[in-house]
Amino acid sequence: MNGTKITIIRPKKTFSWNDIKEIWQYKELLYFFTWRDLKVRYKQTAVGVLWAIFQPFMTMVVFSIFFGKLAQMPSDGIPYPIFVYTGLLLWQFFSSALSETSSCLISNQAIITKVYFPRLILPISSVLTKLVDFAIASVILVGLMAYYNYLPNLTGLLIIPLLLLITFMAAVGFGLFLAAVNVKYRDVRYALPFFIQMMMFVTPVIYPASIAGKYSWILAINPMTGVIKAARAAILGNAPINWELLLISGIACLIMLIIGVIYFKKTERYFADVV
Amino acid sequence: MSQPIISVKNISKKYNITHQQGGYVALRDVLTNIAKSPFAFLKHKAKQAIGKAGKEEFWALKDINFEVNKGEAIGIIGANGAGKSTLLKILTGITPPTTGEIIMRGKVASLLEVGTGFHPELTGRENVFLNGAIMGMGKKEISDKFNSIVEFAGIKKFIDTPVKRYSSGMYVRLAFAVASHMEPDILLVDEVLAVGDAEFQKKCLGKMDEVTKQAGRTILFVSHNMGAIQKLCKKCILLNKGEIINAGPTQNVINAYLHSEVCSAASKEWTDITKAPGNDIVRLCAVRVKQKDKITNAVDIRLPVGIEMEYEVIKPGLMLSPNYHFLNEDGVYAFVSGNQDPEWQKKSYQKGKYISTAWIHGNFLSEGTMMVGAAITTFNPTVVHFFEQNAVSFRVIDSFDGSSARGDYMGAIPGVVRPILRWTTQFNEINNKV
Repeated sequence: MNGTKITIIRPKKTFSWNDIKEIWQYKELLYFFTWRDLKVRYKQTAVGVLWAIFQPFMTMVVFSIFFGKLAQMPSDGIPYPIFVYTGLLLWQFFSSALSETSSCLISNQAIITKVYFPRLILPISSVLTKLVDFAIASVILVGLMAYYNYLPNLTGLLIIPLLLLITFMAAVGFGLFLAAVNVKYRDVRYALPFFIQMMMFVTPVIYPASIAGKYSWILAINPMTGVIKAARAAILGNAPINWELLLISGIACLIMLIIGVIYFKKTERYFADVV
Repeated sequence: MSQPIISVKNISKKYNITHQQGGYVALRDVLTNIAKSPFAFLKHKAKQAIGKAGKEEFWALKDINFEVNKGEAIGIIGANGAGKSTLLKILTGITPPTTGEIIMRGKVASLLEVGTGFHPELTGRENVFLNGAIMGMGKKEISDKFNSIVEFAGIKKFIDTPVKRYSSGMYVRLAFAVASHMEPDILLVDEVLAVGDAEFQKKCLGKMDEVTKQAGRTILFVSHNMGAIQKLCKKCILLNKGEIINAGPTQNVINAYLHSEVCSAASKEWTDITKAPGNDIVRLCAVRVKQKDKITNAVDIRLPVGIEMEYEVIKPGLMLSPNYHFLNEDGVYAFVSGNQDPEWQKKSYQKGKYISTAWIHGNFLSEGTMMVGAAITTFNPTVVHFFEQNAVSFRVIDSFDGSSARGDYMGAIPGVVRPILRWTTQFNEINNKV
């Protein structure tokens, strides 16, 4: 029996590099979970995947009318629809990924209690699903930019993957923590939607960060501020990219991710017993 | 064949009872507790931190050791709560052990349920891929086996219909078809055969038998179905309260299980008479389940079972009627039996201790758990002196050797009773004279 796979089961320890290797081994399952979530979402709907475009588009229209037109919200000289849509796009990716991640263990509890696989696959697949939504919704942004004759510069496009990575880290890091808490305390389910709503107002989605004036450092604590500012700077060229702010955001998100993963791994062992 | 394919060393599993109770805790409750008695909370936390909050611990498994060789099929049996499922969950990796180590040499697949991860909205085809992936098959492997899976399930026509529109039979067939196409070296199976009809169970058993014999696969099989265990496994492990109490050839272990004196609920005694159920007329001292003069919670279906009640009459002169109430595991009232001893009908009881026993015939009850309530009543006017619900319980077990009412039938049989009845058949030849 050469080359036999040997499985060793011992009392669980916290995070190690083997976990990463294991996720790689289970990459097909990761693919299938993502595929399932995408498939299931728009089953038995008439317009299907168009919902991924429709929702942010309608939000943008409503915001443009109320904040852009009626409230005369400043937008750093950019047409308000593109301005708000850029923010919305990233914000919705973050918020939907966060809420999906935080409930991923609960919604898959039937599988968790019956089959073993690295549990980290679940939150990762939920975020990947949202990434697909993000990509679909981006089409509208391209359309808007064409309509308003905005041409993104090349560095702007190159920086987008980095911005997505930071958002990914923020959503997964915080989401993992909440997912683990949610297994034991279902309060998360009630607190989170409320929290996300609050968060949107302290993130410069519908207004420019410059509006806060000398208090803008408060906004900077929020990592999504850096991301959205950089996205606008890069795509719309309204200001130079604030690398310093982006670096702070990146580091903050990385730390958040590390804490999230460690807490998740630490509590992982009782998921199947408690969920 | 030098190394065993599975070796389990010193496996123990501890649960904290508080984790198990009540599903989930609301943060609010925790917070109010802290607010109400901050010191008690801190003390509790401190105790937890240094591992001294001892009384909440529950050892579901204690020091389990065994080895399995390649190609063997091992059955794991034991009463409810003996730790069978916990052991299987540890072997599959769903929950980690508290101590110990398991080494498994080969590809492991687990079948704790058929159709894990089936999504009602997805079609049969999509679910085959999803379920296959969850069970550990690769995409290519599933594609290769896809036609064979659909054929085994026999639902070709409906393969592109969402499974929520399937009948339960079709659903289970498809799920089992996927499961039976796994090709692991080690297969861990929980009581999946408990679902499905007799026909389906037969098919599953056949398939699993084929797998061990032809492909030389190793199977670990947890079940209450003694028939299935006997058919499939040559060796068996008997668990009780988290410990292995017997292991060896299947027939021996099953016999040991049938005659085990491990009494958890088979007897209940009240040593302090003042706290025993009853009143100032009569009080209950003990209730016991007996077979062949031994207290047991696992009774042979073919033999008589005695339920005895020991009680003390404190105030003499009343007519008492002891009675038993029998409920099966679904809570269905099977029957009630009141005192039918001709010598003690309409007789006033003197002061003293009594033992009244009701004998249930062999080959009368059905397989499964019976819960017994014990009561003493006086009629005209009716007074219930005590009614101890769920005083004792016992498990009726069929050894599947053909001498019980089930004959050679292996499947599940419904009903609360299963008597052997006298049957007659008349035969009249038809004369086809034209």
